Amino acid sequence: MSIVSEIEKTIDAAERLNPELNSFLSIEREHALARTAFLESSADGPLRGVAIAVKDNICTKGMRTSCGSHILHNYRAQYDATAVKRLNDAGAIIVGKTNMDEFAMGSSNESSAFGAAKNPWDLTRVPGGSSGGSAVAVASGVVRVALGSETGGSVRQPASLCGIVGLKPTYGRISRYGLVAFASSLDNIGIFGQTSRDVADVLGVIAGRDEHDSTTADVEVPDYSSMLDNDLAGKTIGIPRSLFGDGLDEEVREKVLASIKNFEELGAETVDVELPYAKYGIAVYYIIATAEASSNLARFDGVRYGFRAEEAAELRKMYFKTREEGFGPEVKRRIMLGTYVLSSGYYDAYYAKAQKVRALVKRDYVEAFKKCDAILTPTSPSVAFKIGEKSDDPISMYLSDIYTVSANLAGVPGISVPCGLSAEGLPIGVQLVGNFWSEGTLLNMAHKYENAHPLDARPSVFAG
Amino acid sequence: MDVRHVAKLAHLEISDAEVDLYTPQMANIVKYVEQLNELDIEDIEPMLGGLTAEGEQTFTLREDIPGGSLGQTEALSQAPSGVAGHFQVPKVL
Repeated sequence: MSIVSEIEKTIDAAERLNPELNSFLSIEREHALARTAFLESSADGPLRGVAIAVKDNICTKGMRTSCGSHILHNYRAQYDATAVKRLNDAGAIIVGKTNMDEFAMGSSNESSAFGAAKNPWDLTRVPGGSSGGSAVAVASGVVRVALGSETGGSVRQPASLCGIVGLKPTYGRISRYGLVAFASSLDNIGIFGQTSRDVADVLGVIAGRDEHDSTTADVEVPDYSSMLDNDLAGKTIGIPRSLFGDGLDEEVREKVLASIKNFEELGAETVDVELPYAKYGIAVYYIIATAEASSNLARFDGVRYGFRAEEAAELRKMYFKTREEGFGPEVKRRIMLGTYVLSSGYYDAYYAKAQKVRALVKRDYVEAFKKCDAILTPTSPSVAFKIGEKSDDPISMYLSDIYTVSANLAGVPGISVPCGLSAEGLPIGVQLVGNFWSEGTLLNMAHKYENAHPLDARPSVFAG
Repeated sequence: MDVRHVAKLAHLEISDAEVDLYTPQMANIVKYVEQLNELDIEDIEPMLGGLTAEGEQTFTLREDIPGGSLGQTEALSQAPSGVAGHFQVPKVL
C-alpha cells in the first residue's frame, strides 16, 4: 500500500474511534496528507511513512499544543520539539495530538480539561495517565507508536493499563526541548509501542545529545533494534520481594510472579534485591514535583500566549483571574502545594529533606545494579480502575504510581510490558527498571518476553 | 495550612468553595509527605543537579555565535493582546 493510503486509513480510524475513546485532542488530516505528498518525492528515512501520535504537551509547529489545559486551549506551537523534528527528519508522519491529564498531572487522564480518554478494553475505565491519550491511540490500533511524557510513571502506568509497551528512558537520553515543563528534574519524553521493536525503532531516531537541551548527555546512541534478539542467558533480574506485599492487587501479583518464571525459562537468572527507600518515593515525589511545577507554571499568566480572563481592569487582577479560570483543580492543588513547600520557613522541612531522601532512593538502585541487570516489579498496583473511582481522593490516585515513581527520582530507565489479563479481561503489566543508559537491555528483555508470551487478545474497541 | 494565603502567593484567586475543597485535601497530602520525618537523614547529601555522571560531564556551552530567532510577528502571534509590536496588558496602576 502507498504511504498516502496508509495514512488516510490511519486518520479515518482515528476519526471513527475518537467519539468513543477521546484519545485525540486534534487529528491533523491536512498536515499529515501534506507530509505524505512531500515524502512520496523525498529520500528514504528509517521511519518513512510511519504514523505517530504525539502527546499534547510536546510542541508541534503550527499544531495545537494545549497540554490538556484550558489555559492553552488555543495555543499553536511556534516551533517543533527536538524529538518531533527528529521524527519528521526520519520520515515519520504526525497524525494527531493526544489527550492527557492537565499539564501531565494525574494518573487517570481524568484531569484533562477536555474530558478523560477511555480505556479501549473497557470504556467505563480509565486508560491511566498522564499520557492516557497516546496509550489509547496505540492500544486501539490506530497507530503503532506514540510519544508520551513521564514525570512519575505517566508512560509506563498507562502502557500497563492499556496492554502495550511503554518506555521511560534515562534522564538525559531524549531531548526535552519543546516538551512543556512540569517538573524539570523528573520530566522525560517516553515512547509507547504495540511492540518493543516499535519502541526501539523510534528511540534510535530521537535519542541523543541536543544543543537545545543542556540536560541531554553526550552518550553514544546504540542500534537498539539490533539488540532485541540477544540471548537472555547471562542476564540477571533482581526481584525486590518486599514490594510485592501490601496494596498490591492479588491478580496483578500472580501474573507478575508468573512472569518471573517466564524470564527464567528464557535463560535469565533471578536474584533477590532490596530497595528499602522505594516506599518513600511518592512522598518525595509530591514535594519535588510540585515545587518545580509551581515555578514552571508561573509562566502561564495570560500575557504571551494562551487564555486571558476577560474583564480584569488591572494587571495583577488579570494574572489572578486568568490562572484561576485557566487551570483545573488538580493543577491548582499542585501549584499550591509546591508554593507551600517552598515558602519562607518551610524549605528545609520539605524540599531539602525530600532531596536527601531522593539521594537514598537513587543509592538503592546503584547498590541493586551491582547484583543485577534489571529490576522486576509490577508496573501498577492494580488493573485499570473505574472512571470517577479515585477522583475525589488525591492520595489514592497518587499511589497508582508507587512502582514507577522511584525510577524518575533516580533518573534510571524503565519499561512496562504486558504480562497477562485479569479475570475480567483487563491488561496487567510487568515493569523492568534498568541501570543508567541500559535501554537496549530493557528492550531486549521486553522483546524476548513478548515474543514468548504474547498478549493473545485485543481490546473491545480496535481499529483493525 | 492557610490555603487562601498560599493561593495568593501562587497568583490564584480561589473561591470560598475551593478553600473548603482544598483545605482538607492539602492537609492530607502534607500529612502524607511528612512520613519523611521518620527518617534519620541528617548526614545525607541532598541530590541537587544532574542525575547521571555522564550528564554532569557533558559540555553544555556553545560558541557565542548569534543565531536565528522567532521574529517579532511570530513571537506575538499567540498573544491574547498585542499592539504595535508589543504585548499588551491592562493598566498596571
